[in-house]
Amino acid sequence: MKRNNRLKEKIAFTIFSIVSFIIVIILFLIIAFIFVNGISVISWDFISKMPTDGMTGGGILPAIVGTLCLMLGSIVFSFPIGVLSGIFINEYLKDSIFKKFLSLMTNNLAGVPSIVFGLFGMSLFVNHLNFGDSIIAGSLTLGLLTLPVIITTTEEALKSVDNSVRIGSYALGASKLQTIKRVVLPIAYPNIITGLILSLSRVSGETAPILFTVAAYFLPRLPNSMFDQVMALPYHLYVLTTSGTNIEQSRPMAYGTALVLILIVLIFNLIANIIRKKLGQNVKMK
Amino acid sequence: MQKYSFRYFKEKIAESILLLSSLFTSIAVIFIIIFLFKEGYGLFNEKPIEKGYNLSIHPSNKLNNLTAKQIKLIFDRNVTNWKDLGGDDRKINLLTIEKMTDIYTKKELGEGFEYLSLKINEYVIKDSGVVAFFAEQFLDANFKGKKVLIDDNKIKDFITDKEWYPTASPAAQFGTLSLIMGTLWVSLGAILFALPFGLSAAIFLAEVSNPKLRNILKPLIELLAGIPSVVYGFFGLVVIVPFIQQLFNLPVGETALAGSLVLGIMALPTIITISEDALRTTPQSLKEASLALGATRWQTILKVTIPYSISGITAAVMLGMGRAIGETMAVLMVTGNAAVIPTSFLQPIRTIPATIAAELGEAPAGGIHFKALFALGIILFLITLIINLTVEFIKISKKSPRL
Repeated sequence: MKRNNRLKEKIAFTIFSIVSFIIVIILFLIIAFIFVNGISVISWDFISKMPTDGMTGGGILPAIVGTLCLMLGSIVFSFPIGVLSGIFINEYLKDSIFKKFLSLMTNNLAGVPSIVFGLFGMSLFVNHLNFGDSIIAGSLTLGLLTLPVIITTTEEALKSVDNSVRIGSYALGASKLQTIKRVVLPIAYPNIITGLILSLSRVSGETAPILFTVAAYFLPRLPNSMFDQVMALPYHLYVLTTSGTNIEQSRPMAYGTALVLILIVLIFNLIANIIRKKLGQNVKMK
Repeated sequence: MQKYSFRYFKEKIAESILLLSSLFTSIAVIFIIIFLFKEGYGLFNEKPIEKGYNLSIHPSNKLNNLTAKQIKLIFDRNVTNWKDLGGDDRKINLLTIEKMTDIYTKKELGEGFEYLSLKINEYVIKDSGVVAFFAEQFLDANFKGKKVLIDDNKIKDFITDKEWYPTASPAAQFGTLSLIMGTLWVSLGAILFALPFGLSAAIFLAEVSNPKLRNILKPLIELLAGIPSVVYGFFGLVVIVPFIQQLFNLPVGETALAGSLVLGIMALPTIITISEDALRTTPQSLKEASLALGATRWQTILKVTIPYSISGITAAVMLGMGRAIGETMAVLMVTGNAAVIPTSFLQPIRTIPATIAAELGEAPAGGIHFKALFALGIILFLITLIINLTVEFIKISKKSPRL
C-alpha cells in the first residue's frame, strides 16, 4: 500500500516536471525559430534604412523609430501618474473601502482587452479631441494600458519596504512626505524601475491599441511632431504577414521584424531581472 | 508639526496631488464605459437600411414593416412570396435601379434619368408584388407606393442573431451570436489546453522543484507573457497553421484549433503564476500536519494544498480565460475569421476582438457599421468586466476562512 503511494507520487511528480520543461521548451522553440529565420536578415541596413519595393526590401527604420516614440510617449504619461497613484494607495490609505475600490478599478482597467483600449483611444483622442491618427493619441492610449502595471508594481515595491524604516524616520522628526521622499522611495526604486521597464517592453509589442490611433501601413519617413502618424514594429509585422502587397517576398522582412521585437522584449526583461537581483542584495545588506 | 506652516501646506498639496493621480484609473474606466456606450449605443437608434434610401411596396400590400432579416431574405431571393412574410399570396418582385434600366429604354427614362421617378411611381402602382429599393431623391413628390417602416436595430437581435453582414445592401445584418460563440469556443479550447499544463507547472514550481530550479524556471515562464501577441500570431501562422493543415489534411489550417493552441500558450503564464501564488499561500502547518499523519507529499498536495487554494486556482483560470477572450492580434492571424457558429475545432471561426480589429479601419466614423463595432466592444468589455469582478469576489470571499 505504502509502496503504491510512493509510486503514484513519483509518477505525478515526473509528469509535473516534464510538463514544466515542455512549457520552457515551447518558449525556446518560439524564440529559436524566429532567431534562426531572422538572424540572416538583420544587418545595419535593415535597422537603418527605409522600407522599399512594396515592403519587400530595405529596412525597418521608421517602424523602430515609431515604436521608440510610442514607448517614450506612453511612459512620460503613465509613469508619473502610476507611481504617484501607487504611493498614495500604499502610503496614505489605510485598509478602507476607498482603498478596495481603487484596487478594484486598477484591476478592472488591467483586465480591459487591448482592442477596447483601441476603440476608446480612437473615440476620445483621435475623434473627439481631434488629435487624428498621431503619436500623441497612440501614446495616451498605450499609457492608459500600462497604468495598472505601473501602479501595481509600485505598490508591491513600497509594500516590500520594511515598516521599521518608516517608523525610524518619523522618530527622527521627519514628516510623511520627507519619509517617503528620502527613505521609502530610495529603497523601493529599483523595483519601481523594474515595473517601468516591463511596461516599456509591453508597450513595444502591443498592436491592437495602436491600430486605429497611430499606426501607419506604410510611411517611409521619420515623424516630425507628435501629431504625426508613424509606423510601429508590431503593426509592421502584422502588415508584412497578412496584408502586405507581396506576402511571400516580404516573409524574410517579417522574420527580421519579429526578431527585432523579440530582442527588445528579451533585453528589457533581462535588464529588469538584473535590477531585481541587485535589489535582493541590497535588502540582504540591510 | 505646526499647523498652517509652509511645511504643512506642502504636505497637504502633495497629498492632494497623490489623491488625484490615484483617481486616474477610476476615471479611465468610467470614460471607457461612457465612450463605448456613446458610440455603440447609437446602433440601436438607427435603422439597418442605408441612410437616404427607401423601401416601398404596393399600396394594397398588407405588410407595414419589415425587419433587417426579412429584407435580407427578400433580396437574397430566399423568400419569393409575400405570404411567407405574413402578407397575401403574391410573388415578390424586386425593383432596383438596375432593373429599371432593364425594363425601360433609355428614351423612356430620359437622357439624364429625368423621368426615372415618374416611371418608378408608375411601376410601383402597377405591380402588386413589388418591393422597390431606391434613394429618397428618386421618389416622386406624390409617390403612390407604400413606404415600408423598418424597425430600429434591437439589442435582442444584436445578441441572438447569427448573421453578421455589416455592409450588406440594402439592409445590414448585425447579429453577433456567431462572433460571441466563436470567442467563447476558442477561449474554452485555450483553457482546456492551458489548465492541465498550467496547473501541473504551478504545482511543480510551488511544491516539487527545489528553489534553485524554480528561480530559473519562473522568469522563463514569465518571459512567455512578455512575447508580443503579434509575434505569437506570426509564429502560429507560419508554424502551427501549416502543421494543423497537414496533420488533419484540411483545405485551410486557419482553424479554431490553431487559435486555441496559440491562446493556450499565451494564457499559460497567467494561469501558472497566479495558481502558484495561490498554492504557496497554503499554511505550512496544514501541510506538515498532513505529512505527520503519514500522507505522501502527493497525497498532501491532492487532499490539502489544492483544496485549500482552489479559489486562487479558479481565479487563475478565469483571468486566463479573460486574457484569451480579449486577445486580438494572434487570433486575428490564425483563426481564418469566418463568421459562422462553430461546430468543430477544425473549422475557421471569428472572434469579437478580431472582428473589431479587421473591420474598424474600413468603417466610416459615425456610420452604422462603426457603431456596431463599438457595440461589439461593449459586449467584450462587459464579458471581461464580469470575469474581473468574479475574480475580485473570489479573492474577497477567500480571505475569511484563513486559519
